[in-house]
Amino acid sequence: MSSSVEALVNREYQHGFVTDIEADSLPPGLSEDVIRHISAKKGEPEWLLEWRLKGYRAWQKMEEPHGWANISYPPIKYDEIVYYSAPRTLKPLGSLDELDPKLKATYDKLGIPLTEQKLLAGVAVDAIFDSVSVGTTYKAHLAEMGIIFCSFSEAVKEHPELVRKYLGSVVPITDNFFASLNAAVFTDGSFVYIPKGVKCPLDLSTYFRINQAGTGQFERTLIIADEGASVSYLEGCTAPRRDENQLHAAVVELVALQDASIKYSTVQNWYAGDENGLGGIFNFVTKRGKCAGARSKISWTQVETGSAITWKYPSVLLQGDDSVGEFYSVAVVNGRQQADTGTKMIHLGKRTRSVIISKGISAGRGNNSYRGLVKVLPKADGARNYTQCDSMLIGNRCGAHTFPYLDVQNRTSAVEHEASTSKIGEDQIFYLKQRGLNTEQAISMVVNGFCKEVFKELPMEFAVEAQKLLGVSLEGSVG
Amino acid sequence: MLEINNLHAGVEGKDILKGITLTVKPGEVHAIMGPNGSGKSTLAQVLAGHPVYQVTEGTVRYNGADLLDLEPEERAQAGVFLAFQYPVEIPGVTNAYFLRTAYNELRKARGEEEVDPMDFLDIIEAKLKVVQWGPEIMSRAVNHGFSGGEKKRNEILQMAVLEPRLCILDETDSGLDIDALKIVAAGVNALRSPDRAMIVVTHYQRLLEFIVPDVVHVLVDGKIAKSGGKELALELEARGYEWIAGPMEPVGAGS
Repeated sequence: MSSSVEALVNREYQHGFVTDIEADSLPPGLSEDVIRHISAKKGEPEWLLEWRLKGYRAWQKMEEPHGWANISYPPIKYDEIVYYSAPRTLKPLGSLDELDPKLKATYDKLGIPLTEQKLLAGVAVDAIFDSVSVGTTYKAHLAEMGIIFCSFSEAVKEHPELVRKYLGSVVPITDNFFASLNAAVFTDGSFVYIPKGVKCPLDLSTYFRINQAGTGQFERTLIIADEGASVSYLEGCTAPRRDENQLHAAVVELVALQDASIKYSTVQNWYAGDENGLGGIFNFVTKRGKCAGARSKISWTQVETGSAITWKYPSVLLQGDDSVGEFYSVAVVNGRQQADTGTKMIHLGKRTRSVIISKGISAGRGNNSYRGLVKVLPKADGARNYTQCDSMLIGNRCGAHTFPYLDVQNRTSAVEHEASTSKIGEDQIFYLKQRGLNTEQAISMVVNGFCKEVFKELPMEFAVEAQKLLGVSLEGSVG
Repeated sequence: MLEINNLHAGVEGKDILKGITLTVKPGEVHAIMGPNGSGKSTLAQVLAGHPVYQVTEGTVRYNGADLLDLEPEERAQAGVFLAFQYPVEIPGVTNAYFLRTAYNELRKARGEEEVDPMDFLDIIEAKLKVVQWGPEIMSRAVNHGFSGGEKKRNEILQMAVLEPRLCILDETDSGLDIDALKIVAAGVNALRSPDRAMIVVTHYQRLLEFIVPDVVHVLVDGKIAKSGGKELALELEARGYEWIAGPMEPVGAGS
């Protein structure tokens, strides 16, 4: 048994390759000049530059948050990060066919073909390579329905009124250290607007790829579902395998107006570092949705398997009466990975409901924490929350922690919390092996069963991908 | 089919099996009886390859190959099946998915094509009859929330689907009421065939009224103390294990 386990341990991160492409990068370090430079490079309007500078000035007065999150890492050297990097060959594209073959090959290798006829039926993709979007598929088709799906930079140019209205409306410039940093230096991301009453017929998807060494990735995604609209959005990410840590500090804002619904699914597979904790992405992400209108709904589903550090709390502000917030999460740590992830459900409106299902899997020497806040404000009559937090341990050198916070200020509300911790047993593995499965398949089956409630929330193709990924992430975790 | 020669095995330095020698031929049903702690279940687990047990001496040949040299899954792929005394629960994984995966792993090992979910439904339909079950059981999670009797029936269902050549039943009768026992025994009997051997581990003679063995072995303190025909089980029933083992803790034989 030990030899097969060893072979699995040594299996490599599959997306760890580097694309050899000339990049147009700014020198490392951050200053107002760098921000002006980024803004000028992108041809941004004055108001956006001012907005960025406000973010930068706020950030300078803030301190990196340490202490409350159950993670530890060396100080991030913000002066050594490159804040802007773009493939040099990138020109405005008439169509995706003009895309640099090297970039196209990169996405093919990642299994994300950017040619529309080859695409998964029913998924439109925006591909972000380092700091910029390299292409968006199915755009014209969607535009016929009034749906806007484009890179953030393009939205600033083509739809400034929408960007200006909603940018920072959910995650303000001064929200937190990493959100302020993002406000100052964000380079690209995806923008989605679904007009009134339109149900988006395709799953929209953004694929993030960090390539250039020493760069940080600071994308910003803004999704607005107007009254009665609905959309399902998928996000995937990978990065090359490198010995140094790279910072990813993204912001995602979702706005659902009356009767609108947004489903946001993430499969996060940034490079996690090696088994000794060398390298890997520091993933400090702020994701928040606002159920602004009555009966609106926002649902987050995340499968977090990558990154050396994951620090993210996709949250929902339940402002509209009868609005619904959901958070379904699978977080896996192996090797020396650390995750501190969870959600905040803030109940403001009447009869607002939220569901939290969190599945934490810890293996190797990984450390996994669930951190969640359920807050019911005085006016949220009849608010309901149900939280379920399950942890699974594989081996005996890993950690699992749960930090649930409840702040209930309304007597007519009801909040439920359930938690469990289990250990994947030698007996479970032996049982499955006795039926002909190998160790890897056996672990994968037990863990997938454990995560089932979350996986069933993912769109079909993504669910299959997530299951495979889980198998890969846990290779070598039992020995 | 199976030749066990002077098998010694134990856990963490404690000897449990102290020299078992036993030959099982295709088509035969061997019953292994014995008091608690005599090593019956250990023998079953060692044959299946449970990692907690170490074999310290002796050999086990299975169809000419060294069984002890194989990983548990390789043994399964070679046709060795253990019906567990305590079947394990796998929450969130349906019986259908689990059984199909196992079925396909065994097919792959034989160099055969995998069957798709639709074809597997046809295969399973006939097998469910062996344990008198309807298709609903296939969408429940493996053994999760099953009663003791359902768990044992599920073991026999798996045996029917996977069509092993050597079946080892570890206390399949424990915790069953008489109706469940009859269903399980009928399932086992339906699977008896000239090219399949069975080792039935049991504490009580009761099971052997329904699954009639060709040979009965009595295991005492890690060794086979006596072997005989099916009448040996009846004699044990009447006289208790002390008859062979000498004075010992009461074990409730014959209850």
